[in-house]
Amino acid sequence: MSSSAVLQPGTAAAATLPRRKPRRVLPGFGPTLGFTLFYLSLLVLLPLTAVFLKAAGHGFEAFWAAATAPRVLASYKLSFGAALLAAAINVVFGLILAWSLVRYEFPGKKLVDALIDLPFALPTAVAGIALTALYAGNGWLGKLLEPWGLKVAFTPLGILVALIFIGLPFVVRTVQPVLEDMETELEEAAASLGAHRWQTFRLVVLPIVLPALLTGFALAFARAVGEYGSVIFIAGNIPMVSEITPLMIISKLEQYDYVGATAIATVMLLFSFVLLLAINGLQAWSARRNGLEGRK
Amino acid sequence: MSGAVTSTLGAAKGRYQSNPATREAPWVRRTLLALGLGFFVLFLILPLVAVFTEALRKGWDTYLAALIEPDAVSAIQLTLLAALVSVPLNLVFGVSAAWAIAKHDFRGKQLLITFIDLPFSVSPVVAGLIYVLLFGAQGWFGPWLQAHDIKIVFAVPGIVLATVFVTFPFVARELIPLMQAQGRDEEEAATVLGASGWQTFWHVTLPNVKWGLLYGVILCNARAMGEFGAVSVVSGHIRGQTNTLPLHVEILYNEYQFAAAFAVASLLALLALVTLVLKQFIEWRASLASKEVQ
Repeated sequence: MSSSAVLQPGTAAAATLPRRKPRRVLPGFGPTLGFTLFYLSLLVLLPLTAVFLKAAGHGFEAFWAAATAPRVLASYKLSFGAALLAAAINVVFGLILAWSLVRYEFPGKKLVDALIDLPFALPTAVAGIALTALYAGNGWLGKLLEPWGLKVAFTPLGILVALIFIGLPFVVRTVQPVLEDMETELEEAAASLGAHRWQTFRLVVLPIVLPALLTGFALAFARAVGEYGSVIFIAGNIPMVSEITPLMIISKLEQYDYVGATAIATVMLLFSFVLLLAINGLQAWSARRNGLEGRK
Repeated sequence: MSGAVTSTLGAAKGRYQSNPATREAPWVRRTLLALGLGFFVLFLILPLVAVFTEALRKGWDTYLAALIEPDAVSAIQLTLLAALVSVPLNLVFGVSAAWAIAKHDFRGKQLLITFIDLPFSVSPVVAGLIYVLLFGAQGWFGPWLQAHDIKIVFAVPGIVLATVFVTFPFVARELIPLMQAQGRDEEEAATVLGASGWQTFWHVTLPNVKWGLLYGVILCNARAMGEFGAVSVVSGHIRGQTNTLPLHVEILYNEYQFAAAFAVASLLALLALVTLVLKQFIEWRASLASKEVQ
């Protein structure tokens, strides 16, 4: 990528020669970059800074007390735990779905491929009430599960179902292109050397798709932790049992407890930043692994 | 969502299953297909079917009545307004950011791309909260806004702001990789031949990226019309005034008007389906265009 040279300053040549200004052939760099930075700062960076300043403004004691109240701690455990589990389930089934879409022929394949993106396009509130209707005691699936003593709606299990729904496309859509680009020669070589199909998958295919799988996992996880719309309908929102962290922010706001809301939001934001960095690293690794950088 | 414009589904029809090295035993294939498709039906098809069945449970009369009552109509109007403001704004931003990032070299480019992606990794609830902290009665600009009788939070401007925030990266993140992949040779040739920057963009760059651009726009629009969490925080839920369609669904649902809630929800589900159809169409056109080039 041509940008890599710019991102690595301080090479030997740069140290000895006077630094030349890069020659720009194409016009419009100043105005477009200026507008980009202005718009980004105004709408995203400054408002986000406001959260941190607000959190800092109330002192550390107040921040800590609000961010680690028992009910809030319980919500972290639930939000992160359910999001992790949902992302892990999506890794398994996302890989199976991506594999089926790339490798197998079956009727309705085009339709399945198109509908995989449904959770991106369907408003979360709609998903939330639809899943609740399905899994409530009198719903299609609730009726089937209830006799087994399995309650899904209005329990943490319902939260898991909603988070699986919204995270589903991430793994499929990150793994699918990698599988499509994978050369069959590698598997042929493995087979000709006497590997079983399972050995080939484990030792040849899996290492190739691993970065994409992890990226998909991280994307689904990040989305699930912050998810609100699809979860609140099915969660039941019972204190200490099925309250997710974003709901804690809403309920603090409804009580005009801005300190509490800001403290919890700060914790979530810090976590988002860390995850965003991790995802960027994973994507760079994935791109290097698959040689996508030099691809036209 | 990335790279979805270049799908090669079906291009390798039967390629894998006729090759003994890439073929699984039939029982493995059947098990995987059953697992994958079972999961697909359980988590994607059933909820979609449920929306429409629940919406029509009490017949077409109730269905239509739920859609034409004044509160629903005003919710539709506000949803359209939010999308009409946020999509063009983020379109202009996306094009401008992609031009700066993909066609020029500068330090900190990667950091800028990461910042542009930020709104995707921020919880929608936090996205709403930041505007309450800035413009709410207790916020930084709260007293000043109150003194000048300007309402942002719990009013329409707040809803629009929150919508712009959550849909911020869509166009930019579709365009940046696409324009980077296309390089800058064609633009440089046009410039050397005397085209102005605007002419270069309009006649050289835009035709190359139009499908990616459209793709970003429809995704941006779908999210703008369907956003719930962020809008919910800044809305104040005033019926007929600050209710968007998703918020209207919530209110009806919480009032146990299930048929009406699902009727309004089915409108949004239709929007999602139209979005997916448009997306397929764009992918098809984009693959045609790339074949022509080859």
